[in-house]
Amino acid sequence: MTAESAFEPRLAQRRRWGKVFAVACAVLSLFGIAVLTVLLVRIVSEGWPWLTTKFLTNFPSVLFPENAGMKSAIYGTLWLIGLTAITSLPVGVGAAVYLEEYAPNNRLTGFIHLNIANLAGVPSVVYGILGLAVFVRLLNLGRSVLAGAFILSLLVIPVIIMATREALIAVPQTIRQAAFALGATRWQVVRAHVLPSALPGIATGAILALSRAIGEAAPLLVIGALTYVAFVPEGPLDAFAAMPLQIYDWCDRPQPEFHHLAAAGIMVLLGILLPMNAVAIGIRAWHQRRKVW
Amino acid sequence: MSTAIVTVKEKLIHFLLFTCALISIATTTGIIWVLASESFFFFKEVSPFAFFFGTRWSPILVPTSFGVLPLICGTFIVAVGALVVAVPVGLASATFLSEYAPMTVRSILKPTLEILAGVPTVVYGYFALTFVTPYVLQPLIPNAEVFNAASAALVVGVMIIPTISSLCDDAFRAVPRSLREAAYAVSATKLEVSTRVVLPAAMSGVVAAVLLGLARAIGETMAVSLAAGMTPKMTLNPFESVQTMTGYIVQVSLGDTPAGTIEYQTIFAVGMTLFMITMTVNVVSHRVMRRFREVYE
Repeated sequence: MTAESAFEPRLAQRRRWGKVFAVACAVLSLFGIAVLTVLLVRIVSEGWPWLTTKFLTNFPSVLFPENAGMKSAIYGTLWLIGLTAITSLPVGVGAAVYLEEYAPNNRLTGFIHLNIANLAGVPSVVYGILGLAVFVRLLNLGRSVLAGAFILSLLVIPVIIMATREALIAVPQTIRQAAFALGATRWQVVRAHVLPSALPGIATGAILALSRAIGEAAPLLVIGALTYVAFVPEGPLDAFAAMPLQIYDWCDRPQPEFHHLAAAGIMVLLGILLPMNAVAIGIRAWHQRRKVW
Repeated sequence: MSTAIVTVKEKLIHFLLFTCALISIATTTGIIWVLASESFFFFKEVSPFAFFFGTRWSPILVPTSFGVLPLICGTFIVAVGALVVAVPVGLASATFLSEYAPMTVRSILKPTLEILAGVPTVVYGYFALTFVTPYVLQPLIPNAEVFNAASAALVVGVMIIPTISSLCDDAFRAVPRSLREAAYAVSATKLEVSTRVVLPAAMSGVVAAVLLGLARAIGETMAVSLAAGMTPKMTLNPFESVQTMTGYIVQVSLGDTPAGTIEYQTIFAVGMTLFMITMTVNVVSHRVMRRFREVYE
């Protein structure tokens, strides 16, 4: 009798709170997307009138913002990303292949795994400090595109390694065993069977890593990359501008004209990055759907 | 091809791939060596005690003073502010994704949240400086300064929402169904299952996610240096201009400081402090996460 009266299920009230909670979770999960929408609307409304062909083909100008453009920054970013892709992709994929397909299960391998996980958490500005001391000064590359690309490579290699490893782990062991059973060497197994199967996953990771490198400004700032460059690089040892740096420079000036230029620059930058991200996510989704194993 | 050539080729490839893997160790060694050796010269001029416990940071203006605490204070006010935004939103999104959302909503919402992490940080800086401060903060708090920690914290918080929501979602989904079903069997509501069964069971995963988000917020550079200002000071008021460790490194880098001067070396001493703090947070986070994985695997 006493036990019965002491327990009150209060079901109606609990379900009411449950509904409030469900709605709150749904609304909060839209918060980020709402901010993103406001951000995009703001950028387009501020930058659209300034986004002209002149903006894409002129060099930056400190004195005449209405004539300023980001030609040197666009070229600089293309150079940077080209060189970064050439250096980071082979090394990143190679390291992941070693770790998943070759490495013995010993302490050195364990240490490398741990090390990569930690490197992925090092702030990008610290990579800039490393690059300043090693590439710019020690190797005497100066503030060149090549020095910038090397730093961005070091920054994205851990990202590429982790994405590639995940893609390699997803390849079923039976594919490897079948190839080995027919007498293939380890490299033949990797090249002819494992890598092709893992390619969509690797591609997704590579595109996401490179898009991160395109938007990265902090390490380039630290090596002293310039924001006012009135020429385009013609070789890997030339000085360069980059799109995120140019945008930073325009944001940092107090006059409102430069903020419009920054918004127009952001439109160009996002115009490159968002499709890249969409393609990467698209490849992943497509791959997951048609996966046969 | 003869067997000998194949063997040599195989060994060569093995060696090349091994070298690729070693580059990661070389990078870490390089970072530690560069930071330590340049900081060593710095600490010959400035005593470590004055650096780590000094409360005034004035590396250029005479009388110079190299107390790093104001920069650490600025960094933490922004990072903690970012967590205040990102933890509730991230946890709610993760709960919604793993417990409530139907498969179709989930498959749209999750990649969309990832876009937030793909937007360059300089874009968030632009947004904080030209929109959040003048149109959101200053109407609400009239004495908010043009550069302030709160606007930086808000955008950094938005930036790390995907980190926290995605890792928490993974942690929630790793909680065995049987725990949920046991709770539902004794007529628990979905709210009670989410907050009193799933959340405690996934707690170490949640803690690891929050720590990773914290490490990202501490290391965030471009948005913070644009929006938070360049005034190193010991304050807990988020509406004042402060300076973070990353913001200071950017400020010196923009100033074209000649190598070898004490001002140049401050980058490395501050960089080392930043590296040690983020590294500690990351290592703790990985530890916690590994322990969590062991529970259910």
